[in-house]
Amino acid sequence: MSAALKRAQSELATAAVHAGSHEDGNVAVIVEGLTRRFGDGPAVLDRLDLAIAPGEFVALLGHSGSGKSTLLRTLAGIDPVVEGAVSRPREVSVVFQEHRLLPWKRVWENVVLGQEGKDGRDRAAAILEEVGLAHRIDAWPLTLSGGEAQRAALARALVREPGFLLLDEPFAALDALTRLKMQGLVGELWKRRRCAVLLVTHDVDEALLLADRAVVLERGRIRVDMPVALGRPRKHVDPVFEDMRETLLKSLGVSI
Amino acid sequence: MSETLISLASRGRSQGASGRIALRELGRFRRYLSPLLLVAVWQAACASGFVSTRLVASPWQIAQTAASLIADGTLTSNLGVSLLRAGAGFGIAAVVGVTLALFSGLSRVGEDLVDAPLQIMRTLPALALVPLFILWFGIGETPKVLLVALGATFPIYLNLHKGVRSIDPKLLEMTRTLGLSRLDTIRNVILPGALPDLLIGIRYAVGVSWLMLVVAEQVNAESGIGHMMMDAEDFLRTDIIMVGLLVYGVLGLLSDQIVRFLEAKLLVWRPLARGAAR
Ligand SMILES: Nc1ncnc2c1ncn2[C@@H]1O[C@H](COP(=O)(O)OP(=O)(O)OP(=O)(O)O)[C@@H](O)[C@H]1O
Ligand SMILES: [Mg+2]
Repeated sequence: MSAALKRAQSELATAAVHAGSHEDGNVAVIVEGLTRRFGDGPAVLDRLDLAIAPGEFVALLGHSGSGKSTLLRTLAGIDPVVEGAVSRPREVSVVFQEHRLLPWKRVWENVVLGQEGKDGRDRAAAILEEVGLAHRIDAWPLTLSGGEAQRAALARALVREPGFLLLDEPFAALDALTRLKMQGLVGELWKRRRCAVLLVTHDVDEALLLADRAVVLERGRIRVDMPVALGRPRKHVDPVFEDMRETLLKSLGVSI
Repeated sequence: MSETLISLASRGRSQGASGRIALRELGRFRRYLSPLLLVAVWQAACASGFVSTRLVASPWQIAQTAASLIADGTLTSNLGVSLLRAGAGFGIAAVVGVTLALFSGLSRVGEDLVDAPLQIMRTLPALALVPLFILWFGIGETPKVLLVALGATFPIYLNLHKGVRSIDPKLLEMTRTLGLSRLDTIRNVILPGALPDLLIGIRYAVGVSWLMLVVAEQVNAESGIGHMMMDAEDFLRTDIIMVGLLVYGVLGLLSDQIVRFLEAKLLVWRPLARGAAR
């Protein structure tokens, strides 16, 4: 396939999501004036603007019901863009709070579901190795622990080599220890692959541990946009970390 | 001294273990104890004249009759006819039920066209259609097979339709983000997800098939287990009637076992089914 054709195709895929077009090599995802309401209710997203650079890790915070999942679903292409414009890479993967694996397919079949090619099992094996689940390659999903299932979901998202990875509270249902391990894993994987990431989370510490930027969604717009200029690996005891934590919590309406 | 202690201890343990095994064997045996006891009491009641053998044949009599019915080929040929009717009727029901359920489960048009009439029809007791069926199809094989088919279609349709409709929308959403085509989604998500419900439907349908067959063969037939039983009624042969009942019971039990086996084989992904299969 010629490069021109490929390019045209990827532009087409983008056009399915957005109305305008962007010719900016330094941006992976652009959201402009995105408005979304359900029925006659108030706008959940209200002329929202957001840009994410290629390889950038953005954490999205906000109260329950503030519209984080709505934004994520629109970016994932699950919900339509009714008003405004969204431009994003063609290959987008999503990991939800629930693993959403098909119970009747083995772990490796779930990982390469919808992928073409005969080497499916080998590709699944490689990626499962990477997320630390190689020993469960033939397991049935219902026999996995919560953490293992999320690892499988992560493998399924990454095997597609996405330019943009969407994570909707992927660790929220895990116990504290497993969550720490998974956060470490996601950090590792991101460092290796450098895809743009949007992580929806309620956990301020998680946001500061992983993200380059933390944004807070409130009343339909991004009200706080805070760069997290900390070296990696990050430590909770860092005084700058403490300050940022306080700022974010305050913007979420929590005073300590 | 210490040796004695050890040997004592080990003997004690092995005794405990063998005791437990014996207890478990007894437990398994206990399940058959009450039916066997019942048969013994029944036999005794008949032998002592407490119960008239004109009304109830004794177990021994039933066994003898069964043997002679098998020997002269009556039982086997009637059983063959009955099996054929039930099998044909169930086969038609499976094809029709599955087709209709997929049509109405997978498309809006299908839902509107198929579901409403079937939901109305299912409230009719199928057995009430016997007179109409005889008028329409006479007394040959057709009304019997169709009666079985009619009765067995509903449980298959209803359960599969419910299965298709109740696929977790979150899974469907996931497959959309993975870029699966509609056909791939049906193949990979909807059909396997609805399989457990289909098997439940089949289990009910098998039961209904036998029920419809009994009625169809007793109302009018020249062959079949039901006919054999009705024939025996004319000659006050309770033993033959009882043999018929026994055959129905065994058939029901066997078909249920086959469906259970299918469930264990096809639904290996369910942790519960896996445990039971091992
Ligand atoms: N399909 C829908 N129909 C109607 N209202 C909806 C729908 N989806 C979301 N909403 C509403 O939109 C608002 C935002 O929901 P959303 O799921 O995006 O919140 P969230 O920020 O992800 O919350 P949480 O942190 O609890 O997950 C809520 O008030 C919700 O009730
Ligand atoms: Mg949410």
